[in-house]
Amino acid sequence: MDDKLKQGLERWNLGIEKSLARFPERRKDFVTGSNAPAERLCTPLDIEGDYSDKLGFPGEYPFTRGVQNSMYRGRFWTMRQYAGFATAEESNKRYKYLLQQGQTGLSVAFDLPTQIGYDSDHPLSRGEVGKVGVAIDSLADMETLFDGIPLDKVSTSMTINAPAPILLAMYIAVGGKQGVPPDKLNGTIQNDILKEYVARGTYIFPPEPSMKLITDIFEYCAKEVPNWNTISISGYHIREAGATAIQEVAFTLADGIAYVDAAIKAGLGVDDFAPRLSFFFNAHNDLLEEVAKYRAARRVWARIMKERFKAESPKSMMLRFHTQTGGSTLTAQQPDNNVVRVTIQALAAVLGGTQSLHTNSRDEALALPSEASVRIALRSQQIIAYESGVAETIDPLAGSYYVEHLTDSIEEGVWKYIRKIDSLGGAVKAIENGYVQQEIQDAAYAYQMDIESGERVVVGLNKFQVEEKAPEGLLRVDPIVGEQQVKKLAELRARRDGAKVKATLAAIDAASRGTENLMPLILDAVCAYATLGEICDVLRGIYGEYQQKVIL
Amino acid sequence: MERKIRVLVAKPGLDGHDRGAKVIARALRDAGMEVIYTGLRQTPEQIVQAGMQEDVDCIAMSILSGAHNHLFPRVMELLKERKVDDILVIGGGVIPESDIPFLKSAGIAEIFGPGTPTKVTIDFIRANLKRNS
Repeated sequence: MDDKLKQGLERWNLGIEKSLARFPERRKDFVTGSNAPAERLCTPLDIEGDYSDKLGFPGEYPFTRGVQNSMYRGRFWTMRQYAGFATAEESNKRYKYLLQQGQTGLSVAFDLPTQIGYDSDHPLSRGEVGKVGVAIDSLADMETLFDGIPLDKVSTSMTINAPAPILLAMYIAVGGKQGVPPDKLNGTIQNDILKEYVARGTYIFPPEPSMKLITDIFEYCAKEVPNWNTISISGYHIREAGATAIQEVAFTLADGIAYVDAAIKAGLGVDDFAPRLSFFFNAHNDLLEEVAKYRAARRVWARIMKERFKAESPKSMMLRFHTQTGGSTLTAQQPDNNVVRVTIQALAAVLGGTQSLHTNSRDEALALPSEASVRIALRSQQIIAYESGVAETIDPLAGSYYVEHLTDSIEEGVWKYIRKIDSLGGAVKAIENGYVQQEIQDAAYAYQMDIESGERVVVGLNKFQVEEKAPEGLLRVDPIVGEQQVKKLAELRARRDGAKVKATLAAIDAASRGTENLMPLILDAVCAYATLGEICDVLRGIYGEYQQKVIL
Repeated sequence: MERKIRVLVAKPGLDGHDRGAKVIARALRDAGMEVIYTGLRQTPEQIVQAGMQEDVDCIAMSILSGAHNHLFPRVMELLKERKVDDILVIGGGVIPESDIPFLKSAGIAEIFGPGTPTKVTIDFIRANLKRNS
């Protein structure tokens, strides 16, 4: 069969070369969204290796075809829109609206002061309170945020990294007040500090103590909050910062290796914590490349866990992931076009087997999304789920010569980077010496230059432009939110038991000098209404603060 | 030899999105300017101080967190307090059009929104410097 195919391909290639002399193709080089070569035609000759070894079956090693055996025929992915702004009261209303519209999980966006461990009354918080997410200073705000939302019925993802132990403790405490024990809580904390250093910027402490806090959470949750996803190792922001698809997967999995290494070094058994690791990827416009990316990521991670870390439980080898559509692909120009981009990206995530999905809103290149825009974004997922048919069969693009070829070439590129990072001493070292940042920046700059030269077309931006009026109906966060939050905080400080706060903070201070797991002590402090800023200040005092390596 | 145009690219506030700032910094450098990049989380005080110390012709601030109405005017206030009136100050990022008149009245010379080609910013800086380089 191969000989016949080879001969046929040769004949076909000769034919096309001839016709190309007269009718050249649209461009000289065809590339994917990530600037990788895009083949003219793939055939069975482009697929190497053995089906069982490389693809296998859904729910089985190496999980190329998906992590569950029935995938979306069992249950759709979780539709989870990232939301949060202004005060806990406002955000609570938005969550209830989204749940009422058929959303199946919550995803909390915190404001920058919360993410960087400052209370709303800190001088550096001025102008930032409630802007990119909800302001949470203490357990009191968290109680308001989830008021009337039963925590045993929803799963909640929280985008929180450096202060993750504190927000997780608050969530556990709110559950307690609702009568929901920790082992009935479901959700995720992002808790991925390494990508903060390279791409997202909300770090507080240096790498070493940060890794310690992360492994504290792994250990604590394995015993107390067994259904919690203790980390969401994130390529999303790496991609948004300009990385290619290959770099997104490679740097994310390299970070994953660093977390697994740290946990093993802290004395944990790989199969005790690895099943609760989860991942978070981006979805950009090149549909087929993105599908291949998710499939390659699953295969590489499975091999890493089995071969490198000798995991035995299949659950340790499964790469479960959340997807968000690509914010940086949205245009401020002709914003309604973004609905189409988001649909393509969401389709890629679903064809790639995502476990949960956030679809961006059309107006996010301009502001936080309005309620109307969020509804369209959620409806786009629902149309894919209920009307498109792609969820009725598992891994529908498997066997496509092009998609399998792309999956292989992405895998190969990822291994190359992982070997390089290993040779630099691992992800932490590669970040400290700026290697990862430099790679991402180079890709970001090349992408921008391709747009400016017209080599890469972005519809409505560098081609098909129109004169436009300023957009209307954008969401604005009232500047009064900052003052309200400061006032609430002052009232809280006046009414709580000051001695108890002091004692719980002193306990954290003492323990953070040693190796004791801090989670139980942070839970005590949170329950005494110690604020996020107060707890982070204690830790800053012991751990110090990370100093960014500035690279141009 | 002609002195190169000196630009401070700055990230005010707590915002961690620095893709745009770094792309702009590199584009300005490729256009022959001397570029100093502050890194993340700079207060208006730090930005003004760095701008004066480095003797820059232009301060270019990038912000995507929505805190521009607080942080940009504060930089202008501090420059005024220090009697600096010959530094061109511009801004970019996710900034609603409706905020632009206010920012301009505070002294920000121009605001560049998402999708602006780097060449537009480069040309603007060259054409609007307040001192002769």
